[in-house]
Amino acid sequence: MIHTHGSSILETRNLNIYYGQKKVVRNVSLRIPKRTVTALIGPSGCGKSTLLRTFNRMNDFIDSFHYEGEVLFEGSDIYRSRTDVTEFRRRVGMVFQKPNPFTCSIAKNISWGPRINGYQGDLDELVERCLRKAALWDEVKDKLNDSGLALSGGQQQRLCIARAIAMDPEVILMDEPCSALDPQSTLAIEDLIHELRENYTILIVTHNMQQAARVSEHTAFMYNGDLIEYDQTSKIFSQPTEKLTRDYIVGRFG
Amino acid sequence: MTRLELDTTIGPPRRLTTSEEGTIMDTQEIRSSFAIHANRRRIKEWILTKAILGATLVALGVLLYLVGSVLWDGLPYLRSEFFVNFPSRFPDKAGFKSAIYGSMWLGALTLVFAVLLGVSAAVYLQELAGKGRIQSWIELSIATLAGVPSIIYGMLGLGIFVRFFGMGRSVIAGALTLSLLVMPVIIIAAREALKSVPDSIRMGAFALGASRWQTVRDHVLPAATPGIATGVILAMARAMGEAAPLIMLGALTYVAFVPESIFDSFTAMPIQIYNWASRPQAKFHDLAAAGIIVLLGFLVICNSAAIILRSKWGAKKP
Amino acid sequence: MSSSQRWAGVSAWQQWRERTVLRALFFCALISVLTTLGIIYILVNESVHFFAEVPVLDFVFGTEWAPLFEPRHFGVLPLVCGTLLISLGALVFALPIGLGIAVYTAEYAQGWWQKVLKPILEILAGIPSVVYGYFAITKITPFLQTLYPETEVFNAASASLVIAIMVLPTIASICDDSIRAIPKTLRDGAYALGARKSEVIFQIVLPSALSGILASFILAFSRAIGETMAVTLAAGATPQITANPFVGVQAMTSYIAQVSMGDVAHGTIEYQSIFAVGLMLFLMTLAMNLLSQFIVKRFARKYE
Repeated sequence: MIHTHGSSILETRNLNIYYGQKKVVRNVSLRIPKRTVTALIGPSGCGKSTLLRTFNRMNDFIDSFHYEGEVLFEGSDIYRSRTDVTEFRRRVGMVFQKPNPFTCSIAKNISWGPRINGYQGDLDELVERCLRKAALWDEVKDKLNDSGLALSGGQQQRLCIARAIAMDPEVILMDEPCSALDPQSTLAIEDLIHELRENYTILIVTHNMQQAARVSEHTAFMYNGDLIEYDQTSKIFSQPTEKLTRDYIVGRFG
Repeated sequence: MTRLELDTTIGPPRRLTTSEEGTIMDTQEIRSSFAIHANRRRIKEWILTKAILGATLVALGVLLYLVGSVLWDGLPYLRSEFFVNFPSRFPDKAGFKSAIYGSMWLGALTLVFAVLLGVSAAVYLQELAGKGRIQSWIELSIATLAGVPSIIYGMLGLGIFVRFFGMGRSVIAGALTLSLLVMPVIIIAAREALKSVPDSIRMGAFALGASRWQTVRDHVLPAATPGIATGVILAMARAMGEAAPLIMLGALTYVAFVPESIFDSFTAMPIQIYNWASRPQAKFHDLAAAGIIVLLGFLVICNSAAIILRSKWGAKKP
Repeated sequence: MSSSQRWAGVSAWQQWRERTVLRALFFCALISVLTTLGIIYILVNESVHFFAEVPVLDFVFGTEWAPLFEPRHFGVLPLVCGTLLISLGALVFALPIGLGIAVYTAEYAQGWWQKVLKPILEILAGIPSVVYGYFAITKITPFLQTLYPETEVFNAASASLVIAIMVLPTIASICDDSIRAIPKTLRDGAYALGARKSEVIFQIVLPSALSGILASFILAFSRAIGETMAVTLAAGATPQITANPFVGVQAMTSYIAQVSMGDVAHGTIEYQSIFAVGLMLFLMTLAMNLLSQFIVKRFARKYE
């Protein structure tokens, strides 16, 4: 198991998640250490995306969603604390499976979030800083007022990452961020994740095991709603404890 | 392995076995009866195909004849006097001015009220409302209202705006009545437009900590605007052509002035057309045709705007 | 790099503003309920006064309608008969032609022609009913008179014909949608048996699309019943029970319009009578619309 030196930033305790009658996440207890990259892997439908969406309460939009257990962010329960959910989502950003830039300019895509959340600083400067961090600045600096939809898929996804960074979050959740991208763009995003790990805690759901091995320090393997194994990525991929994990990693199923 | 697969797919030959037993005709006979049948089938096919084409051509022909005859009768009357004169007992002096102005006033006010009411209601229902009892009452009301005949809206306007609120037979009473009339149309169209905005946009905004209203205002509404505008234009075209509710309000009067405030009485293009068409003299019928050209011209502009908007928007959608 | 002082967060003013906006939007949505209630209230309220003087049964089953002259009679059947004669007459023409158009646009028309055809037909739906009224009295009635010289100046037939044109797009577009909704697998199955195109359409596709087709018929009927201006202009103002389409009749809507165009004082029984007729009209169209919605809902998801 993971020994977190320092404190954990996200934690679940005996978490069960249901969609209506169906239990999609079973009794998961997980501690995500600060400033690391953690990968969630497992076959489709194993509950990894559901678990990810629990960390910023995006499941609230599903009517039949309910849960048992605790989800902690910096030690306080995100479903029970009195903090506004929108304030909380500012601190836990998210990048989605398909790039979803807003239908407005590149600059506005980034500045919109900070603006509605009462950001007091210089927005132009913020846009530039975030685009630089997302390794997109050189490609778009001359067309900041063009529509975000005019960019290529990989650029769109980096724009979405820049958009998430602009909120100055502590955690970035990534839900299969490269599944809709070509290998070249995937490489760019993975490089970006390497850069970002110094400042952010990143939780990434991925189908691609090479990707998990490349970008993450810790890996959690889920199967059928259960958390099967959670350990150092190197250990999971070289000598997993569970047979199920080994079978999945060598590609016997999923 | 291969034989097993063949066996399972061998349905039809098995039926042949029963025919060999003598319960049905043998294959030779079946084939010849097909041949006799084929001619009859070919003829039937030909008749049906032509009938369907005929139905379409009838509709197109009627449309062409309608437009053509209106143009033929009305165009000679479309002189400048027609636009600057007020209605008159003498067909040669009668003009359309008060009707055009009245329709402009009605149109502008109806646009404001109907868009405010309709789009707000659509946003509430599509983006913000939960699934409670009140919501289902609202849904039921909209479905009901969409099927209510326009003359009944006129009776509502007569009872509520003209009498209860004491607005009299004014422009504002007419505009409010027409707004209620087209409100369901706008709500339904706007909801469709909002529905077609992909959820990923909402999720993206929520993930940045935006509230529901911030998300709708800054991202969903702008994305849905072309669709909403299309619906609004079509609804306005409908409102501009309505005569029945206005006649209920008592707007069928001789109006020889242009409204100057929202409390003035008014006439409108469809009412004046009705007035002319209902007279026995042929000259007034031609005046009606001239009025129809103006009204249809206006509606054609509206509809083409909607079609252009729809095709541009359709091309842009991912 | 963690959360810093630069974020003002969501202010109380912002939260208040958000709540106010939500309430305003909710109120706008509520207007539709108020409108429905308003319609019912207005119609019922005046009708109650009316039925205080005219027994309900005399109204519903009376065969003479003479509200404006002594001796007065308030039997609504002549108006109902006028409405039904006109709208059923309209359906006789509109149903086969509308369905034919739908089959043509959904199955036969191709490429740009198909794309252009639908908007052109929709123009028919966008033409105001007063224009159809004009068309009926200036073109169709004279035409009918040359065919059949006994035709009166005001007659049900010309109203029926223009209403048929008016409701064509309603029927055609709903039928077109429901024909397109029939999955390809069904057609492929039929073609695989050697069926011709017309056989596939008329024997496989149309029966499967029946619920949508029926719904469109009922909706067209409801629209025909509620139509006012064309009927008032073309069919006249002679309340009578007849099946002859070449004489003048009065429909429910044209009675309402006729009274409101005259100088009938508020509070008189003539004035109240239009609300009684209006109530009846409202209930008839409501029943039609509920029926068509029921049919659509009941059979909608059969092919998914």
